[in-house]
Amino acid sequence: MIETTYREAVREAIRDAIKRDTRVFLMGEDVGRYGGCYAVSKGLLTEFGPERIRDTPLSESGFTGAGIGAAMGGMRPIVELMTVNFSLLALDQILNNAATIRHMSGGQFGVPLVIRMATGAGRQLAAQHSHSLEGWYAHIPGIKVLAPATLEDARGMLWTALQDPDPVLIFENVMLYNMMGKLAADAGPVDIDKAAVRRPGRDISLITYGGSLWKTLEAATALAADKIEAEVIDLRSLRPLDDATIMASVAKTRRAVIVDEGWRSSSLAAEIATRIVEQAFWALDAPIGRVCTEEVPIPYPAHLEYAAIPQVPKIAAAAKTALGRA
Amino acid sequence: MVEFRMPSLGPDMEAGKLVEWRVKPGDRVKRGDIVAVVDTQKGAIEIEIYQSGQIEQLLVNLDTKVPVGTPLARLRVEGEAEPGLAAAPPPPTAPAAPSAAPPAVEALVRPPPPPISMGPVAAARARVSPVARRLAEENRIDLSTVAGSGPGGAITYADVERELRKAAAPPEGKRALWLDLGAMRTAIAAAMARSKREIPHYYLEHQVDVTPCEQWLTQKNAPRPPNSRLLIGALAIKAAALAARRFPAFNGFYRDNKFEPAQAVHLGVAIAIRGGGLAAPALHDADRLSLDELMSRMRDLVQRTRSGRIRSSEISDPTITVSSLGERGVEALYGIIYPPQVAIVGFGKVVTRPWVVDGAIGLRSVVTITLSGDHRVSDGHAGALFLAEIGRLLQEPDKL
Repeated sequence: MIETTYREAVREAIRDAIKRDTRVFLMGEDVGRYGGCYAVSKGLLTEFGPERIRDTPLSESGFTGAGIGAAMGGMRPIVELMTVNFSLLALDQILNNAATIRHMSGGQFGVPLVIRMATGAGRQLAAQHSHSLEGWYAHIPGIKVLAPATLEDARGMLWTALQDPDPVLIFENVMLYNMMGKLAADAGPVDIDKAAVRRPGRDISLITYGGSLWKTLEAATALAADKIEAEVIDLRSLRPLDDATIMASVAKTRRAVIVDEGWRSSSLAAEIATRIVEQAFWALDAPIGRVCTEEVPIPYPAHLEYAAIPQVPKIAAAAKTALGRA
Repeated sequence: MVEFRMPSLGPDMEAGKLVEWRVKPGDRVKRGDIVAVVDTQKGAIEIEIYQSGQIEQLLVNLDTKVPVGTPLARLRVEGEAEPGLAAAPPPPTAPAAPSAAPPAVEALVRPPPPPISMGPVAAARARVSPVARRLAEENRIDLSTVAGSGPGGAITYADVERELRKAAAPPEGKRALWLDLGAMRTAIAAAMARSKREIPHYYLEHQVDVTPCEQWLTQKNAPRPPNSRLLIGALAIKAAALAARRFPAFNGFYRDNKFEPAQAVHLGVAIAIRGGGLAAPALHDADRLSLDELMSRMRDLVQRTRSGRIRSSEISDPTITVSSLGERGVEALYGIIYPPQVAIVGFGKVVTRPWVVDGAIGLRSVVTITLSGDHRVSDGHAGALFLAEIGRLLQEPDKL
């Protein structure tokens, strides 16, 4: 085991991919000389040179489109978009090209592209840099959407995503980059289609992903002090959703609270709640709860930013409400 | 809004203990539905409701003994506005109902479903989680008996599980709840003592050749499986019921120093209960039932009575009683009238006797039918005609 951080785990995944496959390269804004806006690619330009680590103009649509073209031409590009907030400038490329070309070419062309981007609030970067829009991307057929929340997934999801014949989007929560922990020295690729039970429990299923996973686990610990055994599910893949794991958990606990840093209305949390109602209605013992972001642009002041997004006390309170112990 | 009250199930009943709710607030009921079970001296009686509507509120908790006439539940009758909606203006798009609409049409229009909001109506309805509802249905648990511990007092899986463990308790305890033979004996004592104190009985006896009945039954039952065969008791009851219709002086109640003939024949059937109990619940409209239907109703009634599940109307409705001691009994019995009824007909067991038929002696099946009549209402002459009519009817079983 080695002591590492989420940031280093992502960097190690990129290094590993570049070394293992000559078709792999990284491109994005400031990924080279600056080392990445979140310092993920620091040192990679020196190690691999400008052919493999490419700084791009500030044009998300342009370089995402270039990545799509490269992927169709046989390369395995990793495109880094600074944050999901700026990814909207590339949304046309992602939705209208990357996600549709296999369909529109009758299966003749695929886009084996990986797009990484940061997401989430908590660093006082204000409304234009703090939103969590991964739920929007999970709406789109033709792409896969991943949310690595652990060091293992930060290290292991990228390679598996690069093997996928279709576009895969990887969302890295900004609050996780500094997270420290132990990772096996030989950590490598992981599956990208299963949710994971991060903490087993019998009383309630807390379903979450990404940055909210750690808050949810903390809430589960707090609930255990009140004799409530919460099961925590890390979705890992937001599209496709691993219904089987979710339903197996809900069938056992009969209650669910979904923790989602996206806004509540028309959210990923809404989709999961609906699937539970569709598939596990007769297993439910209480209304499904949701802890989502307040329906406001993410505020700049620290206390308001804290209040706007899911936090441990809110998650614990929602679980207690579902158990009739509020 | 009407109140559903603790019914009187007999002149000697002063109070009843509510042991089971079969409905919960929000349920729709129609006239004749069983809504509750009340424990009385006669055992546990299933109580029917006589008005259709929607249960608004249950007013009495389980295992509470309340006097006759105490309101048990509030019922919103059909067409009555829901309280949460009463003040609300009508939806602007709804066309005004024509005032001349025939009532039959109005009756077909169901009242609007309860609002989804947490208004008073929705709140009054017991909340049950889907999984709790499923568990209850699978195990036939009556949810109205389950206390909820979930969000907003909802009944949860764990609550139904708890009830299941309770229900799994030994069945001996259950019988003690439904049939208190000691209390039943007290009730019989009170009713029979009152009868002998107040009613001047006269007794008549009539021997009837029932060979035609036996022959007819043999022929009728030959192709039938055992569980749908007719018994001679069904013929006896049908004959007594038809005779009672033709002789109204034996069918009705003597109350407040006067006789009130009954419009229908609800024939009480005396049923012995193992362990020393007796009840005589009504076969409603026994004179109008086909023999097959009568037979199946009898089987049902006997079975329910012996398991302590009689309905309120069956207990309070009989207009005349028939008692038969069956195959293992004696040749004749003289019953005591169950007040406020005015007659009881007894059938002895069928015996083989030498009998004069068409001027020669032959072996015939003979039954002794008796009548105990209330001399305040009828005389021996009428009683004789009534008994003879039963005998005559039994000569033509195919016309019963």
